[in-house]
Formats: sequence, C-alpha cells, structure tokens
Amino acid sequence: MLRRRPIRIASSRGKEDSVAMNFEFSKEEIAFKKEVEAFIKEELPPDWEERSLYWPAAYGALPIFEEEFREISDELCHKLGQKGWLTIGWPREYGGMGSMMKQAIFEDVVSYYRAPLGDVSTSISGPTIIALGNEEMKKEWLPRIASGEVRFWLGYSEPNAGSDLASINTRAVEDGDEYVINGQKIWSSGAHIADYAWLLVRTDPEARRHQGATLLIVDNRSPGVTIRPIENICGIHSFNEVFYDDVRVPRKNVVGEVNKGFYCVMLALLYERLIIGIGAFRRVLDDLIQYTKETVHNGKSLSENPLIRSKIAKMAVEIEVLYGFYWRSVWMMDKGQIPELEASVLKLFGSELSRTLANVAVEILGLYGQLERGSKWAPLRGWISLGYLDSISGPIGAGTSEVQRGIIATRGLGLPRK
Amino acid sequence: MDFELTEEQKIIRESAREFLLNECPKELVRELDESDEGYSPDLWKKMTELGWMGLVIPEEYGGSGASFIDLMVLLEEMGYNICPGPFFSTVILGSLPIVEAGSEQQKRAYLPRIAQGELKVTMALTEPSAIYEASAIRTSARPDGNDYVISGTKLFVPDAHIADYIICVARTDNGSAGQDRPSPEKDIALFLIERSAPGVKTTLLKTLSREKQCEVLFEDVRVSQDSLLEMRGWQVVQDILDRASLALGAEMLGGAKAVMDMALQYAHDRSQFNRPIGSFQAVQQHLANMWADIYGTQYLIYKSAWNIAAGKPVPREVAMAKARIGQAYRRVTILGHQIFGGIGFTMEHDMHLYHRRSLTGDLLYGDSDFQHERIARELGL
Repeated sequence: MLRRRPIRIASSRGKEDSVAMNFEFSKEEIAFKKEVEAFIKEELPPDWEERSLYWPAAYGALPIFEEEFREISDELCHKLGQKGWLTIGWPREYGGMGSMMKQAIFEDVVSYYRAPLGDVSTSISGPTIIALGNEEMKKEWLPRIASGEVRFWLGYSEPNAGSDLASINTRAVEDGDEYVINGQKIWSSGAHIADYAWLLVRTDPEARRHQGATLLIVDNRSPGVTIRPIENICGIHSFNEVFYDDVRVPRKNVVGEVNKGFYCVMLALLYERLIIGIGAFRRVLDDLIQYTKETVHNGKSLSENPLIRSKIAKMAVEIEVLYGFYWRSVWMMDKGQIPELEASVLKLFGSELSRTLANVAVEILGLYGQLERGSKWAPLRGWISLGYLDSISGPIGAGTSEVQRGIIATRGLGLPRK
Repeated sequence: MDFELTEEQKIIRESAREFLLNECPKELVRELDESDEGYSPDLWKKMTELGWMGLVIPEEYGGSGASFIDLMVLLEEMGYNICPGPFFSTVILGSLPIVEAGSEQQKRAYLPRIAQGELKVTMALTEPSAIYEASAIRTSARPDGNDYVISGTKLFVPDAHIADYIICVARTDNGSAGQDRPSPEKDIALFLIERSAPGVKTTLLKTLSREKQCEVLFEDVRVSQDSLLEMRGWQVVQDILDRASLALGAEMLGGAKAVMDMALQYAHDRSQFNRPIGSFQAVQQHLANMWADIYGTQYLIYKSAWNIAAGKPVPREVAMAKARIGQAYRRVTILGHQIFGGIGFTMEHDMHLYHRRSLTGDLLYGDSDFQHERIARELGL
C-alpha cells in the first residue's frame, strides 16, 4: 500500500465567495436523511423485503395498487402525515418545511426501501393548489391533503386525448351552483383506490384548444361515476376507465380559474415529472451487484464476467447522471425558479433509464430473467421480470419521451414548431 | 448543494470566451493544426499575460493559487473555442506533478518559470502497450553511481517535440520486462528530463485530431539525482491521471456545448421544405438528446472536480465522469454532423474540428472500457 500524501495542488475552494459550487448536503440534510431511514426501516413490516415490489420510474407495479399493501400504505401515510413528512416541500406558511431538497432526500430514501406511498395528492395536487388555488380552496383541501387523509387520481387522458391533451371531450356544463359532467377518462391510475379525481374538463367548446378547459376536483363517490378496471401487462390492476354520466360538482371545486385549466395542468405535470422513485434505481443496482457476487455458474461468479461488470458499471454511471438532474431540479425550485427543462429531462432520462436497467437486469439473470413472482427458482422474488414488463410504461406515461424531447426542443431550446 | 459558479468563475468564463474568440479564431486553429509546432508564441504570450499558466500554481511560486474548479471553467472555454498548444500538457501534466511531488528546490526552479510562460513541460507515461496501468511501465531507470540511465519507448506524449522538459515515468527496479510482478506500482519513479538531453529523441505522430502527440525514445539517457521528482511515483501518476481526465473532460464539455450552439443556430437558420429544419421532430429530438447528454455529464465532471479540489479522493466518481464525457461528446458531434448534413462533411466547415477531438478525448487517459472496469472494481464486483 503506497503512502498517500495529502494533495496540495489546487486544493483550495477558491476565494471566499457567498456563492460557490457545492456537491455535498448540509449537516442538517444529512441528519434528516438518517432520521428518515431509521423511521422507514422501523415502520415497514419485517418481511417487506420478501413482499415488496416496485420498478423505478414506472407506473404499473406500484405497491399501493396491491390489495395486500393497502392497509400498510394507509397506516404509513397517516404516520407520515402526523410527522409533517407528507408535505416537506410545501411552503412553511402552509405547514410544510419549505424545502424541496429535503423532500427529494425523503423520496430518495423511501423509494430505496420501496415504501408503499402515493404521491399524487401531496406532491402534485397540494402544491398546485398552493400555487394557483384561491383561499377558499386552500382552506378546504390543504389540511386534509397534508394529513394523508385524501387520495387524488389524475384525470387527464381520454381515449381520443393522450399526448394531445387539448383534444379532451369530457364536458362540464354550468347549471346553477354546479357543473354537470359527461364524458370518459382512461389510463386513470389509482382511480379505484382514490377519493377524488383531479379532473380536466372542457368548459368552453368554442374556445381554441388550450383555452376553454377547467380543472375540477370531483368526488369519486358522486352519483354517475363508474370506474372500470383495466389490467396492465404486468397483470396488475393499476389503471381504469372512468365514466361520468351527469355527474354534479360544486363550482367551488374549480382549481384556479375557469377556462384556465391548462395552466394548472402544466404546473401539475411539472410536479409529476419530479416523481421518479429515484432510490429504487440504486436499490436495483445494489441487488444486482449482490446477486452477481453470490451467483456462481460453472465455478465462476457472475461478477467475474467482464460483460456483466461493464453493464453494471454503465448503469452506475447513468444513475449518477439521473441524480444530477434530480438535485438540480429541486435546487432550482428552492431558489424560486421553475425547472421546466430540468423536470422534463429528469422524467425523460429516468424513464428511459428504467427501461435500460430492466434490459440489463434480465440479461444478467439470463434464463432466470423470465421467471415470475411465485415461481420456483425465480431470483430476486421475480422482481426483475416484473420490472421488465413495467418498464414499458415509464417512457409512455406522464408525457411520452417523444413529447418530453419536443418540450426540451421547443420550450427549452426555442426551436420552432413549424 | 449549489450549482452556481462564483462571481470570479463567471468572469473567467466570460473573459476567456471573448479572448479566445478574438485571439484564437478558427483560422488560427486550422493553421496551428496543420503546422508541426502546433502553437502560436504570440498567443502563448498573451495567455501568460492573463495569468493562465500559473492559475493553479501556488502564489508562493508565482502563480495565482486558484482552485481546480477555476481551472476547469477556463479549460471548458478552451474546449469551446478550441485552443491548440501545450497549455494542457504544461499545466496539467507538467506543473501539477511538480507542485505535488517536487522538492522545495525543484518547485522554486521550475514553477515560477512555468507561470511566466517560459517553460513548456509534458509527461511521458504511456508505452506501446497503450494501457494506463503501472504494470504497463517498462521504461527503466537504472541507477549508475549518482545518476540514473533511462531507456525505453513512450508513445502519445503530448507536445514532447516542443517541450523544454519531459517528466518521464520509469521503473527503477532492474526493469526486467515486468512480467507478473506482485505489486507493479512499486518502484515507479518520475524524472524531470530536458528534452535536449543526449539520447532523447522525439518524433511527431500524425493524429486524427491534429493534436500534437509524439513518440519519445529514451536511449540510455543519463540524468543526475537532481532530476528525480519522485521516487514512489505511481500515486502521483494516478493523481495526475485523475486530474487530467477531469481537465480533458472540461475541455470536452466545452467542445460539446460549442457543437450544440452551432447545430441549434443552424436548425433555426437552415430551411428545407419551406420551413426551418429545426421545426422537424427528428431534428428536435436530436437536439434534445444532445442537450440532455451534455448537461447530464456536466454534473459528473464538476462533482468530481469539486471533490478533488476539496482534497477528497474520488476514484469512482472520476472514472464515471471520464467514462461518460468521451462517449457523450462523441454522440454530440455525430448528431451535430447529422444536423449539418452535407455542409458539415467539408474541411471548410468547423464541425469536423470538434468531431476529431471528441475521439481523442474519449481515448486519452483511459477510455470508457477502462473506466467501466475501474468502476466495477470500486463497486466491489
């Protein structure tokens, strides 16, 4: 072992400046991370390792969709609500900790342990209401969201309106104090386990496409709401079709302004793009590293195979890149900036990495990569084959990769649309 | 966490960009590329006046004592503009080892002169085996009385043909063509040798990027004890390789950003089918990919550099940054070429200047395969 001498070259951080690059967390943030880790390990059931599932940055195999995890999830949500940990990124005046960075740290930890948490209400609806809702709406909804009492589902897509969200047809017509809604949503993830729809509806059919739509909060239990399950390719009931037949909604449930629904949705989409379950990427990598070291075929451990070493190393690099986009996005938000480009690239990169990672994982597993949960001989509880299927969803949901690249190119880089 | 540059770094960036735009236009770049010497004494003098050579040399030795990050910001601008010449070799491969390993006497003898632009220095490390590992060092330094006699062949030595001094990495055990030594990192020493010393022969290689790399033959070159820079040198070499990887990474990052800017402008300006080509989805997707590639890698580069500047060894992070930047730069120049179409395939156009450099950048100081294996080891595989 060679004697290591201290490196004196260029080793100052430059002159004392109030602003300087820093790639470390503060002591407070580090302590917070430890606290979250201790809490989550304590709260998750002892056999969680064997039971849990989740593929990073994918939408189909979330633990909250499993019936057996529902109770654990509700209980966890309730406890987190009490600690104020469901709203870490909210401004202090609304009961949050005012730190998106800490919220990001929290999510990094809990997603590593595949904790069964849903984010829509606390990380999307809440912040959107804070930014664009009126005072009455804030008073009525924020406390309930913060305590983890209410779950929302996102009602955007329709059979004829996926990437082209402006083509929505679900109609809301004014009738006295209420709106009457008729139409249909699809790909309604979690609608069957949520309380309220976060619903984008057409309120002025004469208006130009992105004008004339309104965002409404609609109670799932309203008469006229029919939820029909759709089974995804993972064999999991994650999303639904939801039908609205003369469903009545009070006018006060408008989020933001009437006919300005798209502005709310654009902000909500930005928040949605920050939710990628980043810790689960590290978790997959750690599990794969462990697996390759332990698995011996024909007298050699998989970790000795140069191709496997190279693939795992590449994945480690890409995961690090993802963290770069992640921290930068939340850093910008804490500075009061809107990370429009950064959130798009985070979602784009994360979802595509999710797919690449799944491909690498099944290749490392070889023939075993095809074995499903419950099968004898299935390695890693069949999690990899499930992830391989679920990884199809990442680059499609919440704005396809093609759309994200389009956003980066047009809104970010200023390229013309025609 | 903070991603902002200091005010000083912003000034370095802006002033360097403007300086290079004016003093090192592409006409000069091409001229230097085609010349054998590969540098402009006039430009070198101006750079010296700006304090560039001594930027990270400690103040007590005539430098500015700035941080490694400050240097990275400068290097990024040099990569953006392209600035041929022995700056990189002199500062990174020459001055840094002297700062790290030189005796007080050696530091006083060489560093002020480097800061003043009077000396050009480089390092002769790689051998025909083209591997950045201690076991690949076969060049021998045989003790003979108070001297050493150095023999061996070095390749890909940047700017050796114009350097005043060459730091030679040689093996001091009896150099029996190193088969299977148990610890190849032992007995590697660094010698600071005058290029004009008898027995030193440099031959310029013809590289695709026109960057000046040489074969250097050491034929029984006799050097005194005074030229010994470091007896237990492999750690120094490793440290320099890490810094060189990141420094080159900064240049590559700058080059990639230049390609991005050029291609983006062209996408606005060039019309086909009665519309700017930047309005076509395929072109938009390319540019979005370029952007993501550049800014994704930037994080790895600066994070590693920041840790190095703070005195923290981060071999895994450096390997990650180096593995990715070369590949990213290569992807970016290929997409850049794709956007420019036919016109970019001409010598007259600037695109190929970057494309060529993206290749050498990826290959030097450990290519991606090498770095991935390094990462695998660091991950415990």
